[in-house]
Amino acid sequence: MLRIIRYSFADLIRSRWLYFYTGFYLVLTGALFLISADLSKVMVSLMNAILFIVPLVALLFGVMVQYYTREFTELLLAQPLPRRSIFLGQYLGIATALAMSFLLGAGIPFILSGIFLSGEIWNFSILLLSGVLLSYIFSALGYLLALMHDNRIRGFGLAIVIWLILAVIYDGLFLLGLAWFSDYPLERVAIGVTLFNPIDLARILILLKLDISALMGYTGAVFNRFLGTSTGMGLALVVLATWAIVPVTLIRTISLKKDF
Amino acid sequence: MIQLHQLSKSFGRLEVLRGIDLAFDQPGITAVLGPNGSGKSTLLKSILGMVIPDAGQILFHGKPIDPLGSYRKDISYLPQIARFPENLRVAELIRMIESFRPQESSSAALIRDFGLGPVLQSQLGHLSGGTRQKVNLVLTLMYDTPVIILDEPTAGLDPVALVRLKDRIIQAREAGKILLVTTHIMSLVEELADRVVFLLEGRIYFDGKPGELKQRVAEPTLEKAIANLLSGGHLSPIQLPESAGRVTRKMNGHVVHPQYNP
Repeated sequence: MLRIIRYSFADLIRSRWLYFYTGFYLVLTGALFLISADLSKVMVSLMNAILFIVPLVALLFGVMVQYYTREFTELLLAQPLPRRSIFLGQYLGIATALAMSFLLGAGIPFILSGIFLSGEIWNFSILLLSGVLLSYIFSALGYLLALMHDNRIRGFGLAIVIWLILAVIYDGLFLLGLAWFSDYPLERVAIGVTLFNPIDLARILILLKLDISALMGYTGAVFNRFLGTSTGMGLALVVLATWAIVPVTLIRTISLKKDF
Repeated sequence: MIQLHQLSKSFGRLEVLRGIDLAFDQPGITAVLGPNGSGKSTLLKSILGMVIPDAGQILFHGKPIDPLGSYRKDISYLPQIARFPENLRVAELIRMIESFRPQESSSAALIRDFGLGPVLQSQLGHLSGGTRQKVNLVLTLMYDTPVIILDEPTAGLDPVALVRLKDRIIQAREAGKILLVTTHIMSLVEELADRVVFLLEGRIYFDGKPGELKQRVAEPTLEKAIANLLSGGHLSPIQLPESAGRVTRKMNGHVVHPQYNP
């Protein structure tokens, strides 16, 4: 499997799109530093960008790479290799390339700004960790979608719908539900509902660490009040990891049954 | 070496293979023929474990094929479509595939034969279709395996490469290997094939020597014989599983598939 990861990674890190993606984060983070010298303000702005862009790009890359390497996958399937090594190897190659691209793009400007000398290093680490986890989660979802749907338009379409739901619509519906049922105690329900959205979880994880109550929103505040900062962060991390593991397990199961 | 017993496969409502019984035990070149969608590729891919049959059994060396795929070290396979990761270089791709198999590879001689030396450091995305097919051939033929499966090997090849490919195929036959080839180029079949398996709608309509096929439909060339088969219905499926529930009737002394009435 390591060999497949290595080649899948090597293929992707030479892709123009990935350079563009790294460049985008470099420019974005650099620009944020130009606007403000305050590290935590830059981090909050960057967080908002990460929560939107990382899931979208990872989903699309996951779908795209699965589709565009279909014929090559056939060649690999004809080699004396077990299926799980091929598919998990390809997925891990994509996810690692994306995560690295994000780490470099977002990390270099912070390092240049002297993050290691400031007290913000742990906050910054959580921000990067969230971006990395989201890269792994959403590229797994994208790869899984492409594996499940041979129709490419449907695969890409579903990826965008999932992103729209989780990144945009979810919050609106959630707030609507809160307003609708405001007479009831909703705290536990709110925690439960948040667990179903990895983007929200990542947001809460970062904000709990940054300790910015003004930006936490309802769910962040509930997390903070009911679970405390460390338990809240622990729970968010565990559930995020589960979000990465479940689609990977599904990739494995589906790849064992699929015809090529 | 390879035995297929009652192999069936459907994709949705489309039955692609219907109870195929076949054996490839003798060395030599078998051409698997049939119109598009007749199940040729599905048949070959089943042997490789790429398509998972709904029913039936595939034995390799007398044992059911292992889903983990270790038996594939004895098979070389040329996929129909030669598309590779665009950003890898030719040499890297060859090294990669070499790293998956324990056997010795003869890639250097093949690279020379197919004139790929100058493009070894090029990215695969920059190659023409014909050059990609040559890379595909190198990846397939670089191992000394007892079974070679070629799905449309001539697609996009220039005449020089085609001659080299034929030489390699003949050498493999002389070395006592089992070759399974699909192609739409009948002259290639006439020139090379020791055995023809003709598939139509997932059933075997003919299995024998190319000469016998021509004789049976009284045509001078294989191309005409196949065209005759497709349009005229001189032959019936060799096996018709009872479960298929199809009605056959006799006409002019031949059992005729209902859809292929003369």
